[in-house]
Amino acid sequence: MSPRPITEDDLNGFVDRTLDAATHGEVTAYLETHPDVARRIAGYCEQRDSLRAAVAPIAEEPIPPELDLSRMLEERRRPRPPQRWAMAAAAVVLLCVGGAGGWALHGSPPEGIRLLAQEAQASYSVYAPDHAHPVELRAGERAQLAAWAAERLGRPVAIPDLAASGYRFMGGRIVPTIHGPAVLFMYDNDRGSRLVMLARPMAIDQNMPMLPQSQGGINGYAWADKGLGYSLVGAATPDTLHPLADEARRQLRNDAV
Amino acid sequence: MTTEMVRLIEPIIPALRRYARVLMRDRAAADDLVQDCLERAIGRWHQRRADGNTRAWIFTILHNLAMRRLRQASERIHIGLEDADEASLSLAASQEDRLRYRDLLAALAQLPEEQRTVLLLVTVEELSYADAARVLDIPIGTVMSRLSRARERLLKLTNAEAPTENSHPHLRRVK
Repeated sequence: MSPRPITEDDLNGFVDRTLDAATHGEVTAYLETHPDVARRIAGYCEQRDSLRAAVAPIAEEPIPPELDLSRMLEERRRPRPPQRWAMAAAAVVLLCVGGAGGWALHGSPPEGIRLLAQEAQASYSVYAPDHAHPVELRAGERAQLAAWAAERLGRPVAIPDLAASGYRFMGGRIVPTIHGPAVLFMYDNDRGSRLVMLARPMAIDQNMPMLPQSQGGINGYAWADKGLGYSLVGAATPDTLHPLADEARRQLRNDAV
Repeated sequence: MTTEMVRLIEPIIPALRRYARVLMRDRAAADDLVQDCLERAIGRWHQRRADGNTRAWIFTILHNLAMRRLRQASERIHIGLEDADEASLSLAASQEDRLRYRDLLAALAQLPEEQRTVLLLVTVEELSYADAARVLDIPIGTVMSRLSRARERLLKLTNAEAPTENSHPHLRRVK
């Protein structure tokens, strides 16, 4: 019986010492008869040992007090003054959002599509960085999400497909705004960059051309068609987002027909 | 519940600091990151799967934070990595070892990020290939191919830098 061929994965396993005894034996036998490969693998083993030794001292250092887990838990448990800090931070956020300073849409106080733009930005800030539950219904539950949105918004909202532009649909959820429920759709690309599209019925600004929005590194485009307002936002550049927003609007218009 | 959390997380903190330090190449930035990571881990402890692997779970949090931080940093200013404080990386034994390690870490810094992270998670942090795949959110086959490429490339870089005296190369700046 001729021996099983040795794979690169076996060789990596040999270096990382994850092979079972039998495979280890096979690899050892192989290396004995293949000096070139053996030399390379010896280099990898030496590299592994050196790398571990080079950074080992970091893990030997005493843990600084701010990384003391028991202490962190203790501080969380205490009825804490940090709440004041948190409130101050919340106030700052409100000021930033309400200040409309950075938004390219001018005037104040915000209403209509400018308000929608801010709501989209706030939703992006909350949900896009969320690793555990960025969306409530996932892409596979598209139909349920559409039904949920239709029920809460009182009218159907199509879900734009941006896959051709490199953004996969992740799913979505209903989010609150001061004008009632809005639906959030989230997308991401291969590099983990996320986009949020927010849509809700508009009392004013029922039909609006596309307007750019930008604040705190979050850019986007907002528009309204036939009483539904949309805002597509993300951390990408306006140059990236504009064609995506155009594409979403094109699909939504086609869908509405 | 909190005692179990402490029991499971605390032993991993030195490794989290090490992974963060090598990626950030800056002690303060790395510890900031670990602090963020621990805060999140505490906050989301109830969301983790009870049967899951805590080490992989918490490395996932740290890795994602690190990638976001590095991306933000590279959008703001381009930090010259060669200028990063290498003394903060290794304080190893002999002078000779120190130089060798410094060269190795400088070479490591030249690998593409996707290769560097796989190599570190597998060789230094001893994550299984499956756990590394989970942390990086990539298929296990991709872990294996990146690992092979990382090893090959790092070997080339370090061999090129090997002290053949006269070959002091384009690859790194001599300080």
